Amino acid sequence: MSRAPAIAATGLVKVYPGGVVANDGVSLRVEPGSIHAVVGENGAGKTTLMNLLYGMEQPTAGEIRIHGEPVAFRSPHDAIARGVGMVHQHFMLFPSLTVAENIVLGREPHRFGRLDRREAAARVADLAERHRLPIDPLARVGDLPVGLQQRVEILKTLYRGAEIIILDEPTAVLTPQESDELLAVMRHLADQGKTILFISHKLAEVLAVSDRITVLRGGRVVGERERAETDMDELATLMVGRLPAPPATFRREPGAPALRVERLWVRGPRGEPAVQGVTFTVRRGEIVGIAGVAGNGQSELIGALTGLVPAAEGRILLDGQDITRLSVRERRAAGMAHIPEDRYRWGSAREASVADTAAMGPHYRPPLSRRGLIDRSAWLRRAAAIVAEYRVRTPGLWARAGALSGGNLQKLVVGRELAGDAHCLIVAEPSRGVDLAAAAFIHDQLLARRERGDAILLVSADLGELMALSDRILVMYEGRIVGEVARDQADERQIGLWMAGADLPAGDPPGDPASAQQGGDAGA
Amino acid sequence: MADLFDIQLLHMTLRTVVPVLLAALGGALCERAGLFNVALEGMMLAGAFGAVVGSFFLGGAGWGVLAAIAAATAIGLILAVLSLNLRANEIVVGISLNLLVVGLTTFLMRVVLGATGTFHHPDLQGLPQWSPEWLQAVPVLGRLLSGHTPVVWAAYLAVPILTYFLFQTTIGLRLRAVGEHARAAQTLAVNPLRMQYLAVVLAGVLTGLAGAQLSLGQVRIFQENMTAGRGFIALVAVIFGRAHPTGVLLASLLFGLIDALGIRLQGVGLPSQVTGLLPFVVTLLTLVALRGRGLNRQGTA
Repeated sequence: MSRAPAIAATGLVKVYPGGVVANDGVSLRVEPGSIHAVVGENGAGKTTLMNLLYGMEQPTAGEIRIHGEPVAFRSPHDAIARGVGMVHQHFMLFPSLTVAENIVLGREPHRFGRLDRREAAARVADLAERHRLPIDPLARVGDLPVGLQQRVEILKTLYRGAEIIILDEPTAVLTPQESDELLAVMRHLADQGKTILFISHKLAEVLAVSDRITVLRGGRVVGERERAETDMDELATLMVGRLPAPPATFRREPGAPALRVERLWVRGPRGEPAVQGVTFTVRRGEIVGIAGVAGNGQSELIGALTGLVPAAEGRILLDGQDITRLSVRERRAAGMAHIPEDRYRWGSAREASVADTAAMGPHYRPPLSRRGLIDRSAWLRRAAAIVAEYRVRTPGLWARAGALSGGNLQKLVVGRELAGDAHCLIVAEPSRGVDLAAAAFIHDQLLARRERGDAILLVSADLGELMALSDRILVMYEGRIVGEVARDQADERQIGLWMAGADLPAGDPPGDPASAQQGGDAGA
Repeated sequence: MADLFDIQLLHMTLRTVVPVLLAALGGALCERAGLFNVALEGMMLAGAFGAVVGSFFLGGAGWGVLAAIAAATAIGLILAVLSLNLRANEIVVGISLNLLVVGLTTFLMRVVLGATGTFHHPDLQGLPQWSPEWLQAVPVLGRLLSGHTPVVWAAYLAVPILTYFLFQTTIGLRLRAVGEHARAAQTLAVNPLRMQYLAVVLAGVLTGLAGAQLSLGQVRIFQENMTAGRGFIALVAVIFGRAHPTGVLLASLLFGLIDALGIRLQGVGLPSQVTGLLPFVVTLLTLVALRGRGLNRQGTA
């Protein structure tokens, strides 16, 4: 203990305008050359803490010391100058530029103002070599898979001489294999003497790689443990303040097919075939999960199912009725509901009121409207009921939907979609950005609908959510269904391999009628 | 039909395309820095007016060019302050500035030059036209390249210079980075505003030259709203040319050729109102053909 801690924060308080206390006396001590995890639920204050340490925000009170010296970062530049680097959850990259250009930007090697590309590539190659982060300096960043883009972000911090690297939810966008690779990289960097501070809510990876773990809840430190002296149950209990719920138990067996998709092809935004001949069935009283790394055709599949994007080829059947060419309104009238992945873009209009948001969809028909006229009191009753049932925190029914927090808006959208009598639910990322309690509540609602006999298609990037809720899990990779597994045989490793496109079944292209058979298809 | 195309048509194209080309290069710089500059038209018109005022009162085309650059840059800076610092919608500001400049130059023409509609004066000095003897001696090319103003030469030289600037210099790299993802640039200690102001000032120089060529180049005259939509054609050239100087050059030449062809077609008997439509119809068709093909851009500061 001769050396000063790499980071020593004492009594950090951050109060936002409006009185929200995001950090309430947080103290943190990170030893140099160690991997330190900060875990907590959404809203526990993790991100605020990182922003304070990286100079993106300034603490209301408290002190930060870096390598023993007190600092007052006014901006990330100050932090960088002190050897603190950050890998953001949403990458700060320029897709059209090369790896080398992305890394050296702002500190470019040059001769009389002329960018020295050869020197830049050489420096990046050297840096990559030294830290065992192999990468092609001349590749265009936009062409790289997400795992390598993240590597570029890490190299950016190293290029700027970072001794302390903060990673914000670094595995959220990665496949399990890419995550393992990242954890190995973190270990290697720590062995080289770098200090790693990373935020996560995935306890398995936290336990796999960290030396020390700090748990935040409600803006306070509720526990700090050596890895050796703790386990997943204890951390989860600390995080949530109670034991997490066990996976759902199913009482009811799935019934007749409700949603049937046959050889569906859908084009992506650039006209590329994003969904390629997908076939599957969702039965009544069944939750079918779709796993996959974001961008493998899930969004286009949902778009085609709900009528937002035209299908290029193939058929979509709801209760035996061909709905492929029906409009969104006709599909909804036929019993479909849709919880969209992006609640701002598709789920709501930011400028609309909470009451209007709650009425959207069936707004044109009784009881919400009569003879083309809106029945305001019916809208308000409906909105009030959803707000009460889903515990949506809102300043009022006339508040702007965009003014709600992400989690509360999500609850409002979920409540709206489940308020009708739809029996086919297309659900995407229902608990993204929602705190654990609200996520659990939304999950309970979905399970209740399953027990009631509704057919549910659940698309999620969160494997844990899929494993907890689904009867079956289909895995999408590059527009195809490359794997299918029943809930009781679900194996995270196998699903991860499918998500990464490894281990494709040979000779038997997935999504064909043969594999759909095992999907319990009775309607073909 | 063969007599529609000859060396003179090409000569005319090379010359008439220059205002559009210069403005489009300025627009491309702004686009690369993340500012969709709808005010090119107004900047060019201010430049054309400034050129005439400068040349007339200070007694030299050189002064005219400087005044043109100053006037165009001033309009550009208004756009920058309103849309970059005060975060007003850049398209609304751009269109307002275009309208403002039409009115302002018409008004100032009356006040400063004492003319309405059109101003011309025997003492108004135009840009010199270069026809060195050694150049004229070259077959074909000599005829094509002589008789142009220095601004014409500057416009074509600007294409390789700006290509080098954008793609080979560190400042060019930073400027493009700001246009692609301003927030990411900020995290690397690159100041987006500085790059965007640089682009606006350079666009001021280029549109100023465009204006000077318009009012002091082939003719020596200032006319109400004499840019007549060239700034908007330049804007299309920016999109069509994907904000790359070479692409912008090719797009501008295409529009210029159609323009020159239109003038020729009048000789064949088509009414000038119809031929005058030609560049705009082609512009419209180009835009339709290119729908959704702008530069990718995310998270502007």
